[in-house]
Amino acid sequence: MEWIYEPWPWYVSGPLIAGIMFLLIFVGRQFGMSSNLRTMCTIAGADKKADFFAFDWKAQRWNLVVVVGAALGGFLGSHYLTNTTAVAINPDTIATLNNLGFQSAGETYLPEELFGMEALTNIKSLVLLLLGGLLIGFGARYAGGCTSGHAISGLSNLQLPSLIAVIGFFIGGLFMIHILFPFIF
Amino acid sequence: MKTFSYLFIGTIFGIVMYKSEAASWFRIYEMFQFQSFHMYGIIASALVLGVVGIQLIKRKNIKSFYGEPITFSPKDRGFSRYMYGGIIFGLGWALAGSCPGPIYTLIGAGYVSIIVVLFGALLGTFLYGVFRKKLPH
Repeated sequence: MEWIYEPWPWYVSGPLIAGIMFLLIFVGRQFGMSSNLRTMCTIAGADKKADFFAFDWKAQRWNLVVVVGAALGGFLGSHYLTNTTAVAINPDTIATLNNLGFQSAGETYLPEELFGMEALTNIKSLVLLLLGGLLIGFGARYAGGCTSGHAISGLSNLQLPSLIAVIGFFIGGLFMIHILFPFIF
Repeated sequence: MKTFSYLFIGTIFGIVMYKSEAASWFRIYEMFQFQSFHMYGIIASALVLGVVGIQLIKRKNIKSFYGEPITFSPKDRGFSRYMYGGIIFGLGWALAGSCPGPIYTLIGAGYVSIIVVLFGALLGTFLYGVFRKKLPH
């Protein structure tokens, strides 16, 4: 059972993600996480500002329960199923990140420089986290889905729009890391 | 009972996101640097099983756990919204190192600062809703 506490390799994790998608299909739902953001906006009253949010959010309650589970799983995974929070990324990646100023690369689960408690009092990291979130939320709804809805569910159903979206995900991601990161960090 | 099944599925999802390190900013950065097979292996192996499984469901008319037919709704045709929206999402995915699912997993794991990302994502969703009609789709 020792393997449980180690990071799970791709050939365990990938099939499990497919299994999660099929479980949702077999209970009559579909796998897609970003639509919850729209539901939460509606609950917060956004339907009074834009008709995009005027929909029966109660039909989406099941997905909010999945969200609660996703958080619970994060709690269980980090507190009871893990011995170390270090992520063993490629040593070359660690060297690149050290040069960018990320000294926590290879030692923590998330970079302390962006997500640590001290970063919460740092205007630059707060702005970057907010901006990152903003792009995620705006882009996911504009594209009609995120990694789960397009890259997993959509591509599994051989949807051309999902392939276009995933190509977009990579254009955006590569541009951010290779072109913009040297200016940001 | 149904609520419990959603909670169960979500919990497994959260554990897998955390334990696979797909919720780690570092793994996303490493993926976009093409310096590890890890994230590509996760997506590719999920996809191989996903494609085969969905074809089986369609061809064998497999029913849901509740005996109901399973239907798959095709995505609307189009290019602009998927490409532009995808690029914007990708910029955020790489910067915050997290996609919408792992945001909740990281909150559960106790990372307070990810709440800023969640707030930004809600704001971004709201802004899309407000400006939707002015955007090319």
